[in-house]
Amino acid sequence: MRIFDPHIHMTSRTTDDYEAMYAAGVRALVEPAFWLGQPRTSPASFFDYFDSLLGWEPFRAAQHGIAHHCTIALNPKEANDPRCTPVLDALPRYLVKDSVVAVGEIGYDSMTPAEDHALAAQLQLAADHGLPALVHTPHRDKAAGLKRTLDVLRESDLPPDRVVLDHLNETTVGDATDSGCWLGFSIYPDTKMDPERMVRILRVHGTERVLVNSAADWGRSDPLKTRHVGEAMLAAGFSDDEVDQVLWRNPVAFYGQSGRLTLDIADPGALHEGNSILRGGE
Amino acid sequence: MRFASAGRHCVRGEPPHHADPEAAEAARVLILCAARADGPTVTRLYEHGTAAERRAVLSALPQLPLGTDGRAGVPLIEDALRTNDTRLVAAAVGPYAARHLDAHAWRHAVLKCLFTGVSVDAVAGLAERSRGDAELARMLGDYARERTSAGRPVPDDLPRVLALTQMSPLSADVSAGPSVRSPSSSATGPSVRPSASCSSTGPSASSSTGPSFGPSSEEA
Ligand SMILES: [Zn+2]
Repeated sequence: MRIFDPHIHMTSRTTDDYEAMYAAGVRALVEPAFWLGQPRTSPASFFDYFDSLLGWEPFRAAQHGIAHHCTIALNPKEANDPRCTPVLDALPRYLVKDSVVAVGEIGYDSMTPAEDHALAAQLQLAADHGLPALVHTPHRDKAAGLKRTLDVLRESDLPPDRVVLDHLNETTVGDATDSGCWLGFSIYPDTKMDPERMVRILRVHGTERVLVNSAADWGRSDPLKTRHVGEAMLAAGFSDDEVDQVLWRNPVAFYGQSGRLTLDIADPGALHEGNSILRGGE
Repeated sequence: MRFASAGRHCVRGEPPHHADPEAAEAARVLILCAARADGPTVTRLYEHGTAAERRAVLSALPQLPLGTDGRAGVPLIEDALRTNDTRLVAAAVGPYAARHLDAHAWRHAVLKCLFTGVSVDAVAGLAERSRGDAELARMLGDYARERTSAGRPVPDDLPRVLALTQMSPLSADVSAGPSVRSPSSSATGPSVRPSASCSSTGPSASSSTGPSFGPSSEEA
């Protein structure tokens, strides 16, 4: 089973996770820029984070045989902090980078005017840079948040087939499907979706335009949830081909719209025989 | 082709493409050379660069007009040597480091290679700068003892560098023959991706092997 996790925050994960993911079949992932748990207080703090998503984290992933791409954005939560909003002005120099395959995570957190502005501005940046967008739906007041998100999307220059709406569930999948956007489902312990509910949604809505991710981060989460969905699909009678479509071909097709997806593992030079991570650093 | 987007233009196969990091690096080096990038430019490109872009800047340094003393790239080399990204460490220890790093920094760069598993084949001017370096020999000896007393293997490259430190200048000249080169003409060795040089005629130079930064190209 080959797996592409289209949404996972490896910055918060250990080398044990990378090893377990590789063993489970994960060969590619996308790490969206998001909130780190601790609020940031200056744009420079974001820039170091973005640089890490373009430098150190792909290097770590390559040590474990996993291709790493990222999405870059000012997340909606921190878009509300005026100390952070100058990040928006610096995004263009990140959005031209080779391993940036989308603008994201953008969307709503508390549905404020500052979030309205950040969402619309970043959808425009995606259109200007030929990138798709990873749009997260809010955790609180999700159904209303999705409706407002769809209103902003309709007014943007970005066509729906270049947008994935993420963290969907049973209450939002209908509206999301009607929008023509790609459908993202995060399989996350306690909140969001679980593998069995995911399989029920796949039975009803089919496997087209569906992305399944672990959204694993610094919270209680599990980077192997993508694999668990694949196994639950097989147990429920889905074919190997349908599992491959959901867990590999769909994310490849979605992020491939960027024209920047490269899916051999970046060879870290002739240096793979020894490296500082496997040796525990200095 | 632009510096930042060289990677997605240098790919192989059908979508989703296979990356061709060697070709992308060669293209970026050629862009820097063609633009005759100066100190402020390479500093900005490095600071705003992805790991691949930073590698290209480091590789191009010996061929760029970096002011009268040519030392504008030293802080970039030092930055790369502080990382644990072996791609950057390997690119940092090329001919530019051989020429511009002081003895202390250069010895630590060699040790960094041994620590991080970067082959010392990447170290330009290794034989010449190691020769007769008693302080480097002491550092290598201490490191070997630390590894041995921990029951861990000593890196294969360590005895090799240690042997170089123990060559007297005369015997090195006599015995090492053509493998002793001036820092500026050292090959980057098989562990480092071949890079383009300013004297190359096009991206196809990316596949050439052997010394990337010959004396002639450095003066170009
Ligand atoms: Zn996320």
